Amino acid sequence: MTGIDPAPPESDTGSRLRIGVLASQGDYAAHARVLESLGAVSLEVRTPDALGELDGMVIPGGESTTISKAIERDGLRDAIRSHVEARRPILGTCAGMIVCDREHLGLVDAVARRNAFGRQIASFEAELEMSGLGPEPIRAVFIRAPWIEEHGSEVEVLASIDGRPVAVRQDQVLLCAFHPELTDDSRVHALLMAMATAARRRTANEERGSRSA
Amino acid sequence: MAERATFRVKRGLAEMLKGGVIMDVTTAEQARIAEEAGAVAVMALERVPADIRAAGGVARMASPRVIKEIQEAVTIPVMAKARIGHFAEAQVLQSLQVDYVDESEVLTPADEAHHIDKHAFEVPFVCGATNLGEALRRIGEGAAMIRSKGEAGTGNIVEAVRHLRGIVGGIKRLGTLGREQLASEAKELGAPLEIVEEVAEGGWLPVPLFCAGGIATPADAALVIQLGAEGNFVGSGIFKSEDPERRARAIVEATTHFNDAERVAEASIELGEPMRGDDIARLATEGELLQQRGV
Repeated sequence: MTGIDPAPPESDTGSRLRIGVLASQGDYAAHARVLESLGAVSLEVRTPDALGELDGMVIPGGESTTISKAIERDGLRDAIRSHVEARRPILGTCAGMIVCDREHLGLVDAVARRNAFGRQIASFEAELEMSGLGPEPIRAVFIRAPWIEEHGSEVEVLASIDGRPVAVRQDQVLLCAFHPELTDDSRVHALLMAMATAARRRTANEERGSRSA
Repeated sequence: MAERATFRVKRGLAEMLKGGVIMDVTTAEQARIAEEAGAVAVMALERVPADIRAAGGVARMASPRVIKEIQEAVTIPVMAKARIGHFAEAQVLQSLQVDYVDESEVLTPADEAHHIDKHAFEVPFVCGATNLGEALRRIGEGAAMIRSKGEAGTGNIVEAVRHLRGIVGGIKRLGTLGREQLASEAKELGAPLEIVEEVAEGGWLPVPLFCAGGIATPADAALVIQLGAEGNFVGSGIFKSEDPERRARAIVEATTHFNDAERVAEASIELGEPMRGDDIARLATEGELLQQRGV
C-alpha cells in the first residue's frame, strides 16, 4: 500500500530504528503502536536524557499549551533542537505542528494557527491527497486542528485544504495538522522512518569518511 | 468529502487529552489559572462538587453566561456538565459549542431510568462509571470517553481507586474468556454484546478511560495513572486547596511523570494545605453517595 520502504534490512544498519515519542501529554501511545507495527523500537520521551540515541522523533497530538509548558518545565527544548540540528527527522502532528513552529521551538520557518478550523463541533475527517505518499489519498482526521498561517520559501507544502497548508516539510521536519496515528494508514509514519533510515546512513557515511580521511 | 462528528472524531479529542489534567472551574479567572498551570481542558461549572455537596438543593447545568465567559477566557477545550438524562441541557451545551459534555452524577439526575442518547448529538460525551458494565452501557449509548465516578467533592481517592480497579480488572477478565462465554458475560454485565466482544478482543475500552472523583494531591494523580487511568479530572481538589495555582501545576507534573517518584515528591513540596477531605463511610450514613446516581 505505501510504496515507502520504512526501514532497510537490519544487516544494512545494524539494528531496528529507534524512534522517540514525546510523552509529556497527548496521544503518544497511538504513535508508538504505529511505529512498532512498522518495525521500529518506540521509546517514550519525558526527559532530555531519553533523547540522546534516537534515529527519529515524534511530537504527538495533544494540547499544545500543555505540551509546550512541559517542554520548558522539563528542559526538553535544547535536546529537541539538537536532535534536529544533528539532521535527525521529527514528525509533529496537530499540537506537534504548533509546538515546532516559529513561535515555539522554531524548527520550521512557519507559523501555525491554533484551532484554525474551530471548536470540536467543527472537527472532521476527510480524504486528503498528500505529496510524497503516492496517488492514493489519506484518511485525515482533524481534531480542533491548526493550519499553517504563513511560511517561508524553505517550507514545502505537501497537502492543503481550501488553500490552507495542512501538511508541510522543511528538511528533516515533517508536520501534519491531522492525526495519521488515529487511522490504519501508516504511510506518514513510514515516511518518517524512511527519513530516519536516510539520516542513519548519512551519519554512518560521514563517520566512515572521517575515519578514512 | 469532509465528515463531521464521526465516532472517530468524537473519540479523537479524548485521545488528545490523554496524559493530561482536566480541571473544574467556575469563573473565567479560574479557567485562566488552570490553562496557565498546564490543564488540557477545563470543566465549566456553577459550583465545584464540594460546594454542591455543602449547598444541597438541585444542582443544574452551569449558566450559559458563565460558560461563554470561560470559552472567551481560554484557548484550551471547554467542557460542561449536563444532568443525567437531561438531553435538553445537552442540546443547549451543544449549541454553545462546548467541546465535550459530561453527563454527570455530580448534578442532580433529571431522569431516573434513562441516560441521554449520545449518538444523537454531534458534541462528544464523557460519562462516569463505577464498574465495567456501567462503562460499557455508557459506551453503548454513545459516550466517547469514560471516567471513574469516584466520589466527587470528597478529596478522598478511595472510591476512584475501587472503580478503576473494577474496570481494569473487568477488562483483563474478559480477555481470559472464550468466545462462547461472552454472551452470558454480556448479560451479566448488562452491556451490549458487540462492545463486550470488542473489549475482549482489543484488551481495552474502545474509548479513553480517565480518573475522576477524589484527586487532591500529586501522589493521588500518580497513583491512578499507574492503576490504568489515561488522564485525570480534578474537581474540588484544586480550587478548594490553599494554593490552587501551585497545586494545579504539581498535579499536571505528577500526571506526566507518574512513574518518577522523585519528581512527584519534588512537585509535592510547599503546596499549602490540600482540600480537607471527607470519610466516605460517614457520608454514606448521611445520605446518598453521588456515585450511586445513574448506573
